[in-house]
Amino acid sequence: MLGLNKKDSKFLIIVILLTLSTPFVMQPFSEASALSQFNGGYPDLMQRVAIFGIFAIGFNILFGLTGYLSFGHAAFLGVGSYSAVWMFKLLSMNIIPGIVLAVIMSGIFALLIGYVSLRRSGIYFSILTLAFAQMSYNLAYSVLTPITNGETGLQVRPSDVRLLDGANAPDYPNLFGWTMSTSYKWEVWGHLFTFNVGFYVCAFIAICAFYLSLRIFRSPFGLMLRAVKSNQNRMSYTGLNPRPYTLAAFVISGMYAGLAGGLLASMDPLAGAERMQWTVGGEVVVMTILGGAGTLLGPVLGAGAIKYLENIFSKINENILHGWFDFLPEGMENFFVWLFARFTGDGWHLTLGLLFMMVVIFLPGGLMEGADRIRKRFGRKSDDNSPSNPAE
Amino acid sequence: MGILEVQNVNKSFGGLKALQNVNLSVEEGTIHAIIGPNGAGKSTLLNCFVGKLMPDTGSVLFNGQSLLGKKPYDINQMGVSRVFQTPEIFGDLTVLENVLIPCFAKRDGTFRMHAIETVEDEVDIREKAEKMLIDVDMADNMQMTASSLSRGDKRRLEMAMCLSQDPQLLLLDEPTAGMARADTNNTIGLLARIQERRHITMAIIEHDMHVVFSLAQKISVLAQGTVIVEDLPENIKGHPKVKEAYLGEAAE
Amino acid sequence: MDQIILQLLNGLDKGSAYALIALGLTLIFGTLGVVNFAHGALFMIGSFCAVTLQKILKISQISIDETKVDFLGNALKVKTPYVEIWFGEATGQMIIDWSVPLAIIFSIPIMLFIGWAMERGLIKHFYNRPHADQILVTFGLAIVMQEIIKQFFGANPIPTPAPDFFKGSFDFGQFIGFEVNKIIYPYWRIIYFIFSAIIISGVFSFLRFTTFGMVVRAGMVDRETVGLLGINIDKRFTIMFGVAASVAGLAGVMYAPINSPNFHMGMDFLVLSFVVVVVGGMGSLPGAVLAGFMLGILESFASMNEIKSILPGIDQIIIYLVAIIILLTRPRGLMGKKGVMED
Repeated sequence: MLGLNKKDSKFLIIVILLTLSTPFVMQPFSEASALSQFNGGYPDLMQRVAIFGIFAIGFNILFGLTGYLSFGHAAFLGVGSYSAVWMFKLLSMNIIPGIVLAVIMSGIFALLIGYVSLRRSGIYFSILTLAFAQMSYNLAYSVLTPITNGETGLQVRPSDVRLLDGANAPDYPNLFGWTMSTSYKWEVWGHLFTFNVGFYVCAFIAICAFYLSLRIFRSPFGLMLRAVKSNQNRMSYTGLNPRPYTLAAFVISGMYAGLAGGLLASMDPLAGAERMQWTVGGEVVVMTILGGAGTLLGPVLGAGAIKYLENIFSKINENILHGWFDFLPEGMENFFVWLFARFTGDGWHLTLGLLFMMVVIFLPGGLMEGADRIRKRFGRKSDDNSPSNPAE
Repeated sequence: MGILEVQNVNKSFGGLKALQNVNLSVEEGTIHAIIGPNGAGKSTLLNCFVGKLMPDTGSVLFNGQSLLGKKPYDINQMGVSRVFQTPEIFGDLTVLENVLIPCFAKRDGTFRMHAIETVEDEVDIREKAEKMLIDVDMADNMQMTASSLSRGDKRRLEMAMCLSQDPQLLLLDEPTAGMARADTNNTIGLLARIQERRHITMAIIEHDMHVVFSLAQKISVLAQGTVIVEDLPENIKGHPKVKEAYLGEAAE
Repeated sequence: MDQIILQLLNGLDKGSAYALIALGLTLIFGTLGVVNFAHGALFMIGSFCAVTLQKILKISQISIDETKVDFLGNALKVKTPYVEIWFGEATGQMIIDWSVPLAIIFSIPIMLFIGWAMERGLIKHFYNRPHADQILVTFGLAIVMQEIIKQFFGANPIPTPAPDFFKGSFDFGQFIGFEVNKIIYPYWRIIYFIFSAIIISGVFSFLRFTTFGMVVRAGMVDRETVGLLGINIDKRFTIMFGVAASVAGLAGVMYAPINSPNFHMGMDFLVLSFVVVVVGGMGSLPGAVLAGFMLGILESFASMNEIKSILPGIDQIIIYLVAIIILLTRPRGLMGKKGVMED
C-alpha cells in the first residue's frame, strides 16, 4: 500500500486508526467518575498533541537519523507561526495559504541557518543552532517589531486586508468555511466525546507527516542519513558527501517545525516571540528523547505523553490533592499534599525535568526501548525488530 | 604509464620532511606493495592519494587525472577505494546496509535526494550487495549489527564495501595489522582471489613481509620519506639498500 | 571618549560574570570531558545562597510592644532579628547589611558539596556516554534545579542589596581628568570586577603552582596516561568539579546585588557562557577569560545609542553574531587547543 511493504502498511494503518480515534482514546473515563480529571479528550489538548507530534517527527528526522542535536528548532516554529498569521491578515482566513507559506518560509530559514551551522558538528553545531535561535528570538522582540508586533504578539484584527476573503467569510481560521474551533459533542453512556474540526485537520496533516517520515526512514536517503550518524569518515571515503545529506535533513526537519508553527497559529491565530525561545526547542528535544530518538513512533508518543501529562499535572491543585489524601490522618494528609503539590500545578516543570533525567539515565532509547525491553522480558521473540528495521 | 603516477611529491609538517621527491608508478592490474620501516612516510603518502593531505609540491595522477585538491568523496567516485588500518565501517548499521551504501554511492554519485523508493524496492542494488557478501563468506551475518562483528570480520566487511564499488584502484593500509597468523593467511587468500577474479589494481602498505612477498608483484621501499628502491619482489629481498634501511632502524 | 570609557567599564562587570562561569565550564570540560548544561544553574544557586543568608539573618523574634499601637488600634508587633538580640543592635544590623559578602563564606561549603554530589551522583556515570547524552542529562538537571529554587523562592526576582558602604558611585571620569559626573561607576561593580580578578588569578595560580594543579593540567592533556601513572585522577577530578561549582557559585553570590536573583537567571547566563566558552576555545582557560571580557565589553558597546542608531538591534545579537563568525572562521575558538573536541 502506498509503496510500503506489508508490515509497514499495517503499521501505518494502526497509526491512522489510533490518530482518528484520539477523541475516544484520550477520554477513557466517564464524566461523572472521579477519574474524569484524567480525561484529555478536549480540542485544545488533542490539537497540541497532534501539532507537537508533527514537530517531534520532523526533529527526529534530523536528530534521530543523523545524530545532529539542534537546540534551535523553536526558531522555525516561530517563523511558521508568524508567516501563517501574516497570511491570515493579508490573504485569507482559510488556513491553506498560511500553512503553505509557513512551510516555505521555515524551509528558507532552515536552509540559511543549516548551511552555516552544519559547517561544524557535535557540540559546536548545538551551540550554533542555539545562538541562531536566541538571535531570532531577540530580534523578534526588538528590531523586527513591525513584523512580529514585539511583546504583544501578532494578532488578526477585523481591519485586516484579507484580499481573498469575501464579505461572508468567517472571521476565524477555517478550511473552506469550516472553522477550526467548531466541535461536535457526542454524549454516550456518561462519556462525553468531542470531535473538533481543528483536531481532525491537525490529525490528517500529522498522518501525512508521519507517512512521509516513514518513507524517508525506509528510503536510500534515510539510509544515508543513518550513515551520517554512524561514520562520516567512512561515508566520504565511500564517495558520498555527508554535508548535503545533513543539510537536506535539517531543512526537512525545519519545514516540519514550520508546519507545526503554522498549525499552532491556525488553531489560535496568534504568534508570539516566546514560541522561538530556546526552551521550546529544548521541549521538542525532550519529547523526542522520551519517546525514543531514531524510532518512527517514539517522537509522536513522546509528544503525546508530555502534552498530556503537562495538562493533567498542571490542573491538579491542592484542593484536588486534599481530596485524594483525605483518608489519611491530618498530619500525614498535609504532608502528602505538600509533597505532591511540589510536582503538580506549577511544579509540572520539576516533574518534567526529573522525568527527562530518568529517561536519559536509565532508558536512553526512550519509551520505545522500554516497550522493547518489556516485550523481551516476557519472552516473546520479536522478529519485528530485526536490525534491518530498527525504526519502529 | 601506470594507473597511479606519483611524481616528485614533497610534504613537510613544520620542519619535518615527511616525504621527499617520492616517485611511484602503480601498473594497472597489479598488486603493488609499499613497505618501509616505521616513520618512513607510508601513511602520509597514502593520505596524499585520497585527498586527506595535500602535498606541498609534486603531482599525483590517477588515469592521467590529478587527484590533488580533490575531496575524498570525489576521488572515490573516480574509482579509488580505501581500506583503513583499523576498519572504518558503519557500526550502527547492519552488515547488509554497510554494503548497500557503497552500491548506492557508486550508482547515484556524491549526493542524491533519493527518498521516493524504499531500499527494499531497489532490487538490483540489493542483489549486488548480497552477492558481494556471499563472495566474502559473510552471507550468514547479513542482518547482524556491524559493530558486533569480530575484528577480522569487520575488515572483511570493509573490503566487501570497497569491492562492491568495483574500484579501479584499491588502497589497503596494513590490511593484516594485529591479526593472528590464520586470519592473516585468510586475508592473503581473499586478496589473491579478488585479484585473480576481478583484476583490481591494489596498492598495499604493509609491515608483514610474509604478506608482502605472498602478494606483491612489485615493491617500493620507502625510507625517510623517499623511495629508495622500486623493483620486483625477488630483487628486493637481498637488496643492500633495503637491508640498510631496516637494519638502520633496528640499530636505533 | 567619555562614553567609550563608560561602556568599557560597564562591560567589565558583565564580562567578569561571563568569564567566571565560562572558566568553570571549560575547567569541567577540559578535565572531565563533560559538557555541563547545569553550570548556569550553579551560578543561580550561588545567587540564592546570598538570598538565603540574608533571609536567615533577618529571622526575627516577634515581640509585642504594648506602648505603641498600629493604625487599627492593636498592640504593635515589633520584629527584632535574632542577630540584633545576640550581638547588640549596631553589630546585628551591620551583619545583616554585610550579608552578601558574608555569603561568600557561607556559599563555599554549599557549592563544594553540590559540586561533589553532582559529580559523584550523576556526572560520573556519563564520562563514557556521548556528548549529546551529557548535554541532555545536565539540561534536565538544570531544569530540576531551577524549578526547586522556584518552589522555594517564588518566581519573582528578590532584591538583595549590597552593603550600604558600597552604595553610591565612584566618579571615575573626575579621577582621570574628565568633568564631574561624566563617567560614574557604582562601587559594587568595581568590587565585582576586583573580586573576579582575584578568583581568576586564584584558579590560575592554583593550577600552575600546586602539584594538584599540575596533575589536573596533565589530565586535561592526556587523561589516560596520567591515570596509568598510578595517580588517582578520579578523586582529583571530583575536587575539580567542586572547585568549578564554587567558582560559578561565588560569581553568583557577588552578582546578586547587581541583578536581583530569579530562578531563570541560570539559563539566561548559561546560553551566553556557552557561547563564551566556544568563542574562547573549548578547554582553554585563558580563552574563556579573554572571551568573557571581550564579549561583555562588546555587548555594552553595542548598546550605545550611537551604534544602535546605525545598526538597530545590534545590542541584542552582537554576542551570537560574534560567536557565529568566530566558530566559522576559527573552529577551535580564539585559543582552543588542537585535538580538543574536534570533529
